[in-house]
Amino acid sequence: MTAIESKAVDPKVAEAKAPPSGLSEFWFYFSRNKGAVIGLVVFLIILFVAIFAPIVAPHSPSVQNRDMLLMPPVWQAGGSWGHILGTDAVGRDILSRLIYGARFSLFIGLVVVTLSVISGVLIGLVAGYFRGRVDTFIMRIMDIILAFPSLLLALVLVAVLGPGLLNAMIAISLVNQPHFVRLTRAAVMTERTKDYVVGSKVAGAGTLRLMFLTILPNCLAPLIVQATLAFSAAILDAAALGFLGMGAQPPTPEWGTMLAEAREFIQRAWWVVTFPGLAILITVLAINLMGDGLRDALDPKLKRS
Amino acid sequence: MTPVLEARNLKRDYHIPGSLLKKAKTVHAVKGVSFKVEQGKTLSIVGESGCGKSTLARMVTMIDPVTSGEMLIDGQKVDIVAEPLSSDMRSKVQIVFQNPYGSLNPRKKIGDILTEPLIINTKIPAAERRDRAMAMLKKVGLEEKHYSRYPHMFSGGQRQRVAIARALMLNPRLLVLDEPVSALDLSVQAQVLNLLADLQEEFHLTYVFISHDLSVVRHISDDVMVMYFGEAVEYGSRDQVFGDPQHSYTKTLFAATPRVDVEAIKARLERRKRA
Repeated sequence: MTAIESKAVDPKVAEAKAPPSGLSEFWFYFSRNKGAVIGLVVFLIILFVAIFAPIVAPHSPSVQNRDMLLMPPVWQAGGSWGHILGTDAVGRDILSRLIYGARFSLFIGLVVVTLSVISGVLIGLVAGYFRGRVDTFIMRIMDIILAFPSLLLALVLVAVLGPGLLNAMIAISLVNQPHFVRLTRAAVMTERTKDYVVGSKVAGAGTLRLMFLTILPNCLAPLIVQATLAFSAAILDAAALGFLGMGAQPPTPEWGTMLAEAREFIQRAWWVVTFPGLAILITVLAINLMGDGLRDALDPKLKRS
Repeated sequence: MTPVLEARNLKRDYHIPGSLLKKAKTVHAVKGVSFKVEQGKTLSIVGESGCGKSTLARMVTMIDPVTSGEMLIDGQKVDIVAEPLSSDMRSKVQIVFQNPYGSLNPRKKIGDILTEPLIINTKIPAAERRDRAMAMLKKVGLEEKHYSRYPHMFSGGQRQRVAIARALMLNPRLLVLDEPVSALDLSVQAQVLNLLADLQEEFHLTYVFISHDLSVVRHISDDVMVMYFGEAVEYGSRDQVFGDPQHSYTKTLFAATPRVDVEAIKARLERRKRA
């Protein structure tokens, strides 16, 4: 009893003593959001599994076992512990393929987010800082990209570049990028007129210094949140492209491609379709929950102190 | 002796581009203002909101270009349109803003805010920069422990002290104070004003003090300029302007100042009783 009480009191005492550092303050607000913490835990598990795939996976993702085609998962009649989630149409272990597939999905998310954040932030910064004709020109191009349904545009781009995982990632980052441009531009426009920027200018700061060292760090909070949301959107888009045969090519164990291959077995073998779908659902949900928590933790308007 | 700042017939127009339904318009924010400030003196500029005070401040600090007229700093003509400013010129004029909550970069520590002007304009090594910032921090009444804190940990008065320290890091000749105490409560106002007075004495600073608080102006200034719709309607020494206002606007302005002495309060109560 006393132990619990002292635990409950301790953080308050610590807070009163020293102002909380940025990280602990962030964790304080982030951990308030239960969904976000669950999302973070699930995401960390997926990340762990993806990194240690060769150790975790019971089988190789591409070895075909001709004796056991379309074997059901272990809890159904005919299933075995050798293939917990069953096998697909050519006898490959579904669990192992899902585990290796996590690598591809996270890799896609990472590359797409990095590409679109870097290019989007740079373009948005230029548009928001210089305004005028440059701004109009950039924003009209972004409007044109946004006017297309995103998947359609990605499909067209992949059709031009040729199918494959790398081209799919480039296409998806191009489709995602206007969101970052708009967000950065809006944030830069509000920060640009603030007194501290003018003060820096009076002190002699040049254009590059003002853009990257003074303004940009103050625009980061909404960008971080948008980046996590784009991460999940990229996984979904890559899966959709894979499903349409324009993304990763078989036998790559990418989740969307796995779904596409399993389409014809929906009636006979539900597990072949369901598990890749579930994997996508859980990953995207976890990352979205995490993004929600990030937004709450980083938005100064939601802070009570 | 050449004055630190001399302005001859300064004008500033803002051009508002027209659209399909509206004609293009030109707003004359400042319509030809002349003044000069000697070293170590304080010129106060008073006037109502929108009369061009802040526009004038932006021109003097070389943020906005001058539409026409001449501005001389230390006898040297300044024209930011014709040629980019040298860092030497930049460091001669610095500004302190009205709102202490917006004038410090929220992502930077106080130490970084103070040393930034030195990094940009000089080649002083890091250790000396730090020493200078520390010294300045103490000069404005803060402590060494504040060096590595973020702006949001400070009160309004403390932030304004940091803003003043930042402005002084480059040893400017002229400090433009754009309503530096309007956002602070009364007791803190007095502290900051006293600090400004002390610093003026120590560094032989010249102030251009922009305000709409007449009691503050009477306390701090040597010369006073009254602005009304972009024009200087009254310009002279403090005693001259306060003692014998010429323009009708100045008279109205002084009459509008609330008076708190016992006589005035009694008279007001008397009037209310009769009404």
